[in-house]
Amino acid sequence: MKFQTRLLLVSVALAGAFSLSHCKSGDGGTIKVGEFASLTGKEATFGTSSHEGTLLAIEEINAAGGVLGKKLELLTEDDQTKAGEPANAVNKLISKDGVVAVLGEVASSRSLEAAPICQQNKIPMISPASTNPAVTKVGDYIFRVCFTDTFQGAALANFASGALNAKKVAILTDVKSDYSKGLAKNFKEKFASSGGQIGLELDFNGGDKDFKGQLTSIKDNAPDAIFLPGYYNDVALICIQAKQLGITAPIFGGDGWESESLLTIGKEAVNGNYFSTHCAVDQGTPEMAKFVEAYKKRFKGKTPDAMAVLGYDSALVLVDAMKRAGTTESVALRKAIAETKDFAGASGKITLNEDRDAMKALVFIKIENGAFKYTATVNP
Amino acid sequence: MPLPGAKRWLLLGIALAVLVSCFSAQFNRYYLGVAVDVGIAIILATSLNLINGHTGQFSLGHAGFMAVGGYFSAWISLKIGPVDHASWYFPLSLLAGGLVASLVGLMVGVPSLRLKGDYLAIVTLGFGEIIRVVVQNTEAVGAASGLKDIPKYTTLGWAFGLAVVTVYVISSLVNSTYGRGFIAVHDDEIAAESNGIDTTRTKVTAFVTGAFFAGIAGGLYAHHKQFLSPTGFDWVKSIDIVVMVILGGMGRTAGVIAAAVLLTLMPEFLRDFAEYRMIIYALLIILLMLLRPAGLFSIPLKRRPTT
Amino acid sequence: MHFLQQAINGLGLGAIYALIALGYTMVYGVLRFINFAHSDVLMLGAFTGLYAAPRIGKLCGPESVTGAILVFIVAAAVCAAIGMTIERLAYRPLRNRPKLTVLITAIGVSLLIEFTGQNEKFFGSAPQAFPKLLPEKSMQMGSLLVSSNDVLTIAVTIILLIAMWFIVQKTRMGTAMRAVSFNQQAAALMGVPVDRVISFTFGLGSALAAIAGILYSMKAPSIEPLMGVQPGLRAFVAAVLGGIGNLPGAVLGGVLLGLLETFAGGNEYLSTYRDAIAFGILILILLFKPAGLLGRATIEKV
Repeated sequence: MKFQTRLLLVSVALAGAFSLSHCKSGDGGTIKVGEFASLTGKEATFGTSSHEGTLLAIEEINAAGGVLGKKLELLTEDDQTKAGEPANAVNKLISKDGVVAVLGEVASSRSLEAAPICQQNKIPMISPASTNPAVTKVGDYIFRVCFTDTFQGAALANFASGALNAKKVAILTDVKSDYSKGLAKNFKEKFASSGGQIGLELDFNGGDKDFKGQLTSIKDNAPDAIFLPGYYNDVALICIQAKQLGITAPIFGGDGWESESLLTIGKEAVNGNYFSTHCAVDQGTPEMAKFVEAYKKRFKGKTPDAMAVLGYDSALVLVDAMKRAGTTESVALRKAIAETKDFAGASGKITLNEDRDAMKALVFIKIENGAFKYTATVNP
Repeated sequence: MPLPGAKRWLLLGIALAVLVSCFSAQFNRYYLGVAVDVGIAIILATSLNLINGHTGQFSLGHAGFMAVGGYFSAWISLKIGPVDHASWYFPLSLLAGGLVASLVGLMVGVPSLRLKGDYLAIVTLGFGEIIRVVVQNTEAVGAASGLKDIPKYTTLGWAFGLAVVTVYVISSLVNSTYGRGFIAVHDDEIAAESNGIDTTRTKVTAFVTGAFFAGIAGGLYAHHKQFLSPTGFDWVKSIDIVVMVILGGMGRTAGVIAAAVLLTLMPEFLRDFAEYRMIIYALLIILLMLLRPAGLFSIPLKRRPTT
Repeated sequence: MHFLQQAINGLGLGAIYALIALGYTMVYGVLRFINFAHSDVLMLGAFTGLYAAPRIGKLCGPESVTGAILVFIVAAAVCAAIGMTIERLAYRPLRNRPKLTVLITAIGVSLLIEFTGQNEKFFGSAPQAFPKLLPEKSMQMGSLLVSSNDVLTIAVTIILLIAMWFIVQKTRMGTAMRAVSFNQQAAALMGVPVDRVISFTFGLGSALAAIAGILYSMKAPSIEPLMGVQPGLRAFVAAVLGGIGNLPGAVLGGVLLGLLETFAGGNEYLSTYRDAIAFGILILILLFKPAGLLGRATIEKV
């Protein structure tokens, strides 16, 4: 016992010495901006896209001389699409690296995880593409440059009853995702209140591979359309299995579908389905066209998707706020971000309302012949 | 017979922990967090060591007990809410978490009684998964989205203080006459049974005690990370803890503590090699088993005459 | 009709579980040891298919039957080799050590394969699209829709089950396997080449896992390094359900589990708990009939 406790005390001392010997890293003449994204894992395309957009923005700004006389340093942490990792990533960025602001994340669950930590530490956080309304409700230091699911859910409900002419809609929800559950709820409320009928509501676990049990029951229920507010990987598999079961009703969903992988994995099974997203890269503003060109040049001819555009805009909004505030001090920076009005981003004009959400338009995409085809715009 | 001087070390350890904790504000927040992680790891490893190491019951579901304790104590903290001196309720919520976890330990331990080796491992893994699924579907604790905004009550003092207490309790337990029963069951269950040791009670006690401390660790974890998610307590987390016990040498408390400290600090030193960390872990396990199954820190214990 | 359609779906899923369970149960039968790395061999089979299919496709033309058969054979061969290598390097040296040591090593091997696979220098952790091996058709039988993939899976499983049974019961190697499973030392004394038998068993089991992996990928053409974990766990439950060590039991267990999961998925109250069903069953079985449905209880001799 003596030896053991001695060992324990030594460990305590070690840990103590460790803590003491490292103070906050000093200011090195750059402005440190933190980013956390899902660079690897199940939703890797979200993180990779938004990261590339953000990186492009930071590089462009540095090439033009930086901000407030200093260059920007982007510190990126990979959260591996795993819950629990965003908390670690953001803690490290704030406490160890001393960033002045945090950019991230695309997925609402992971933004919701990191937001309280940023709020408590009074570090502004700008999410490029998280649409769950709860994200900005965490506190006044949390912002987003995209629309929320209250808007998206309503737009989807209108789309269902209008363009799809659907009277009865079945809903298949990913219970592992805040985004999916929230969007399903928003859709349901609007669709039901405008007279639509909700058919069967079933759940699946994101990451599952077999959905035939759920799909067979849905098929028997004979809905006019199936609402699937999930992420692209599961969506692709569900569409494939739905086709195998002979389901002809169109399947539609939200911006979680937005990924090249939807097409590479789903192949022809996803044709004829629809989803809503933030922007279509072949439509839109001159800023968008300029961004697409710069992106292709930087990333070997790759075409950006909506997440990349939003990653780009989130960084630009942050820098614009820094310029207006004239400082990176957190209270002033926060105020400047909150006052963002009519900022000309690549995804459109960005104005942050009193809930710190952006009021932006939404577009509908139809999948035709293995490609995304822009169909319609819905304004807020 | 409790070892002489042990109580003195216990008090000294707690006092030191509290003392260092008072200076928390001077330390870098991030590294302070890592230190707390170390304390929590020590509790987890020591508690699992009781089940796996001393009693020889290969449990792969320890993360489940941690989850139960963590969620329950977090839920209590959130229910109490921001009242005056809210942090004074902290030890109570930790205790409650530990007790509920030990209840679950009972539920897991009893059916597992007649199972051995592989079967036991898989069943405990299964229980761990069931706990995860149940939590994932309980709206009251945030379901799949997780439990957010848990108040930060865990300090260095709490983490290390409780670590010292855990080590003390489990060591005293194992080194007592009653505690010899654990080791007897580990060595040869049938012989133990025929010598009058109630193997059922021994095994269940191991599970319940181990689960209790795992629950406490879970509570500390919850009020440290301020966020709980069911996927954070899956089989991978259980394996993390199992590796600490294996590395330290199953049944050797000192080794297990050292392994817990090492394996918690190592990822911090290896941040640049983060992508290889788990690969190194896996290789470590295999090599250990092939070359040095007694563990990395095996210190020959006087009470073991053979093997 | 709904019931029948779900039953067909369940069979399609269950056949895959059955195939994986066959591998588990064979290795357990001969070695009394759960090969945790089995589910990862499944994943390796799928990735072998991913890399082999385009090249074979160039030779035989896209989506051809010969091409598909070649892919299966290549994957099975590669994984058999991998399985035998693992046995030789990680398990054989521990043959005479306590069971726990081997178990932990198996966990280590499993984690090694998974995390190495996830490393971006190898497969990467993002899901990748699995190429189409055969044209997929949904065949109408009355008001039931059966996917050609499901038919293929069920057919392959039945064929392999019969093949396994034949090998174990009617060949010399099979007799040797049974001898080793009865009593390893006695078999060695009788001149049975124990090392070779065990190698063969692992090779066979791994080949089964590889085939299951490709069939699984045909059903859900999105593969990633952790894809084997869940099916592996379910298949293990299936093997225990049917009686571990018992070949028809493994198939029975697999089919039952597949059916249960499918029906639960289609039910609006149970669909959320699909994950827990497998484990719930496991615990129930181990509580009430640990030998499984078709197994025989063994008495432990003191």
